Amino acid sequence: MVAVVLVGLIVAIASNNLWALTFFHVAGGGLWTSLDLFLGLVLGPIMGSLTIPARIEFTTKFMPKMLLIMPTLVAMTLGAGFQLARHVGNLEASYPHHGWVVASYIVVGCMAVIALGLLEPANLAVLFELKKARPNGARIQRLMKVFIYTAGITGVLQILTIVIMTFLASR
Amino acid sequence: MSATAEVLPPGFGEPDAEDLRQADLPPVMPIAVSTLVLVVTGGIVVAAQYGRPPKLTIPVILLGMAAVLLLVNAVLVLRIKEFARPVFHRVLGWALLAYVVIAGILEYVFIYDHTPGRELALFSAMLVLFALDVPLMLSYSVARWQPPDAA
Repeated sequence: MVAVVLVGLIVAIASNNLWALTFFHVAGGGLWTSLDLFLGLVLGPIMGSLTIPARIEFTTKFMPKMLLIMPTLVAMTLGAGFQLARHVGNLEASYPHHGWVVASYIVVGCMAVIALGLLEPANLAVLFELKKARPNGARIQRLMKVFIYTAGITGVLQILTIVIMTFLASR
Repeated sequence: MSATAEVLPPGFGEPDAEDLRQADLPPVMPIAVSTLVLVVTGGIVVAAQYGRPPKLTIPVILLGMAAVLLLVNAVLVLRIKEFARPVFHRVLGWALLAYVVIAGILEYVFIYDHTPGRELALFSAMLVLFALDVPLMLSYSVARWQPPDAA
């Protein structure tokens, strides 16, 4: 599935097809935002109320999937978004709402740092901890907290991005 | 006592050998995150000037600082005595493969879009640092919690 999405993304960029670029950007962004908010605001509190073994069992099955889904959605949204903006002329410094575009770069930059510097390392560390003969439950709990909270923060930043994008799309 | 507490594994929450070793480890993660911040900031400064002759002094300085930090980090990791190196190298290899692919897709977009020479050189150098820094973060964050003899 991931390979299909990435090949589709490359084809969309190479063909510069407006519909395909818009589809990958909007679908990827919508899924990325929803997933982040769901993790941070819904799943996080639920996980906090589960028993430790239940949390470990859930995490074991959940985290490998997230390790594939999240980077794919990020690549899909940003790759198609950059090309789409270039295609319609929004990247140009002469674009009347250029300040808003730069604001979106800054928000995306913050999200990238949080996702790559905190979220993904925590995700991977949990996976390897779970592979041990005797996983350290307290460590998994600490790392999962980092994962869930950073997912929530990037979800909130995503809303900010949507505010900027809808503003730009309506001009 | 609750049912939850009864099913906890023995020793749950007590620091293990890996927890105790954390204090001896160098500040690899903060330095790696700083490297990423510098690379991302440089990219934003260049991208914000798209469509007009760019001023590249600040991005070049940011790139230089990021390169120095990455080099320092590599040395710090090499000098750690008790470290799960096999695990580190295994994760580093796979992460490098993944991030070289991601950086390759971005490089393809820049070339496809006919990005001018100086900006392309700068973006390419940033992508190289990005493709090295993120795998370093991922592999270190795994290996730091593994016993040194872990395969």
